[in-house]
Amino acid sequence: MKFTPEHEALRQTWKTLIDREVNPHVDQWEKEGQFPAHELFKKMGDAGLLGVDKPVEFGGSGLDFSYAMICSESLGLVNGGSIPMATGVQISMATPALARYGSDELRREFLAPSISGDYVACLGVSETGAGSDVASIKTTARRVGGDWVINGGKMWTTNGAQADWMCLLANTGDGPVHKNKSLIVVPMKNKGISIVKKLNKLGMRASDTVQTFLDEVKVPVRYTIGQPGSGFIYQMQQFQEERLWAGAGTLMGCERIINATIDYTRERQVFGRPLLDNQVVHFRLAELKSEVEALRALVYRACEEYLAGKDVTMLASMAKLKAGRLRREVSDACLQYWGGAGYLWDSPVARSYRDGRLGSIGGGADEVMLQIISKLMGTMPRLGNR
Amino acid sequence: MQFTQEHEEIRRTLRAIIDKDINPHVDQWEEEGIFPAHRVFKKLGDAGLLGINKPAEYGGMALDYSYAMVMAEELGHIRCGSVPMAIGVQTDMATPALARYGSDELRREFLAPSIAGDYVACLGVSETGAGSDVASLKTTARRIGGDWVINGGKMWTTNGTQADWMCLLANTGEGPVHKNKSLICLPMKTAGVQIVKKLDKLGMRSSDTAQIFFDNVKVPVRHTIGQEGMGFVYQMQQFQEERLWGAISAVVGMERLIDETVEYTRERKVFGRPLLDNQVIHFKLAEFRTEVELVRSLCYRACEEYLDGQDVTTLASMAKLKAGRMVRLVTDGCLQYWGGAGYLWESPTARAFRDSRLASIGGGADEVMLQIISKMMGTLPRLENR
Repeated sequence: MKFTPEHEALRQTWKTLIDREVNPHVDQWEKEGQFPAHELFKKMGDAGLLGVDKPVEFGGSGLDFSYAMICSESLGLVNGGSIPMATGVQISMATPALARYGSDELRREFLAPSISGDYVACLGVSETGAGSDVASIKTTARRVGGDWVINGGKMWTTNGAQADWMCLLANTGDGPVHKNKSLIVVPMKNKGISIVKKLNKLGMRASDTVQTFLDEVKVPVRYTIGQPGSGFIYQMQQFQEERLWAGAGTLMGCERIINATIDYTRERQVFGRPLLDNQVVHFRLAELKSEVEALRALVYRACEEYLAGKDVTMLASMAKLKAGRLRREVSDACLQYWGGAGYLWDSPVARSYRDGRLGSIGGGADEVMLQIISKLMGTMPRLGNR
Repeated sequence: MQFTQEHEEIRRTLRAIIDKDINPHVDQWEEEGIFPAHRVFKKLGDAGLLGINKPAEYGGMALDYSYAMVMAEELGHIRCGSVPMAIGVQTDMATPALARYGSDELRREFLAPSIAGDYVACLGVSETGAGSDVASLKTTARRIGGDWVINGGKMWTTNGTQADWMCLLANTGEGPVHKNKSLICLPMKTAGVQIVKKLDKLGMRSSDTAQIFFDNVKVPVRHTIGQEGMGFVYQMQQFQEERLWGAISAVVGMERLIDETVEYTRERKVFGRPLLDNQVIHFKLAEFRTEVELVRSLCYRACEEYLDGQDVTTLASMAKLKAGRMVRLVTDGCLQYWGGAGYLWESPTARAFRDSRLASIGGGADEVMLQIISKMMGTLPRLENR
């Protein structure tokens, strides 16, 4: 992976914005259980950060995916997982399919304002009974005249309490489960949408996550992204970028915690010398840093192959799996060396510990990644033997 | 990392020699406790594979390091650890300093025949009291007239009983330990070189490892590689390539073992279904494959940065560390699923299990890698606090 001065400039822009507009407020947002998505996304949009790999016609920069990856990596500088996740939904989870397959009209109406930071987007895939197992979603969209009439509900929707529109996956036909779904843009103010509750979570406290019901919600059929019936396929492609995003997003967060732990243990004196001087501490930190660099190498390699047009399902799934595992390992190991100070609710390492736990669940659980990798290795049993 | 047709060509050429001239004999060599280094090296030399990144004037191909790395990776197809290790000593451990700093005369005399496969080389760095801790070696070379007179001994010398010459590191002065050493080309037939014994090892059975004594061994001073007193520095550079070699050479062997375990467990029926159909097995193998790709990615990334002229001490040390850790985990994990069959001396799993244990010891132990990484992270304590 060769980086250019443009990649560096992008990193610098993110760092400046995070230092000025994000990190000083994170503690307060964590306490309030929500961050002001519109206000913050507008600042990101003004800086050109929400559409680096989106088409120029709709306000994007038209750059390749490596720049989106840099966005994800840079967001690791944020002191907490909520804002990177919310931003990731906006950039790499709810919008790639729209940018790639949406009609010009639809992109003008929803993509352009999402890139400028005027609209907040959310992704409606998971349901109470279908998370990683996407094919089994129950929400339906029935065609009545020129409209879709949508019934069902979505769960675990990040940005859901503040979003202007949802990229919704629904069953729009009766065919086989991989061919009967469509992605539809649903404005969140439409009649019949009720946000049942903001979910109270172990971590990611500054991110609003909701459960949504859809009761006879009408949207025009022209709000369908690309071909009806191709929703599952589009979503699977969208997942590829989501997983690479997750891999890249873990890197600097882990490094931030490792570095904070170095600083802390260098200051903290135990038995008359810095805690860091214990070999078991600095060796462990060296080992963790090695794992982070290995993950970075895998993410960059997957990105390179993705740009070269190869299918990176395997490498992206491996990166996502490793990212989930590693974030938990780093947070847990570092918390140990902070002792009681790390156990305090507001310590950065406690926040990393609770936020990091989601890495192995969201965006496809570790076990789903293992299933995908097994499938690609040809080792998954036939259905009858599972 | 973008690979070219030439990289593929090297893989193909080496693969053909492995299939025809190496793998059919490995079992016998393992039993005999030695492999015919001159015969095997001559085949490799004839195909141009012993000087891939060595100067063309001495018979090399003068390609960049990525080609040497591809060769090291491909050596993993050899069905044991001994022969790849012996080849690695010849190409990446005993000869890089000579190729880079040796006089034309010295390179004609020792490098050219080593590239041709007529000479077998060994590396004389470790001693009974100095392995990873290179600076404390005790062997001395005293200058008398136009000669060095060498006294002392070397230990753990791979290829030691068959080698024609040794790249020897000795103390040639009284100064500080990092500035008093020189690398010297020592013909093994010189009077006073005594091979005390071939060591009996847990694994790497077909590789000859020797302990060697020097009793007033005379070699001309012109056999010094590069500058007198620079031996430690040259050796540290040589270690960089050795470590990358150690890491990348582990990758394919791990994949081979995983693939063989997939095949074995697919055939083996337990409780009425293939062993592989147990989720704990195919998921574990998926996890191993993920870790293997992490090691490979880290090596490719280090190689890319090395070619770019950057110092890759940290990445090479991380790759060596992670490879050593992983190869032990993978061989142990796979052996488990083979059950009794994997416990048989001649099974591929048992051989991999005993051979791989060396990876965390040879070429700088895991703990030395951790020390280097800690040093580069700025976390190594001052001496009095260790």
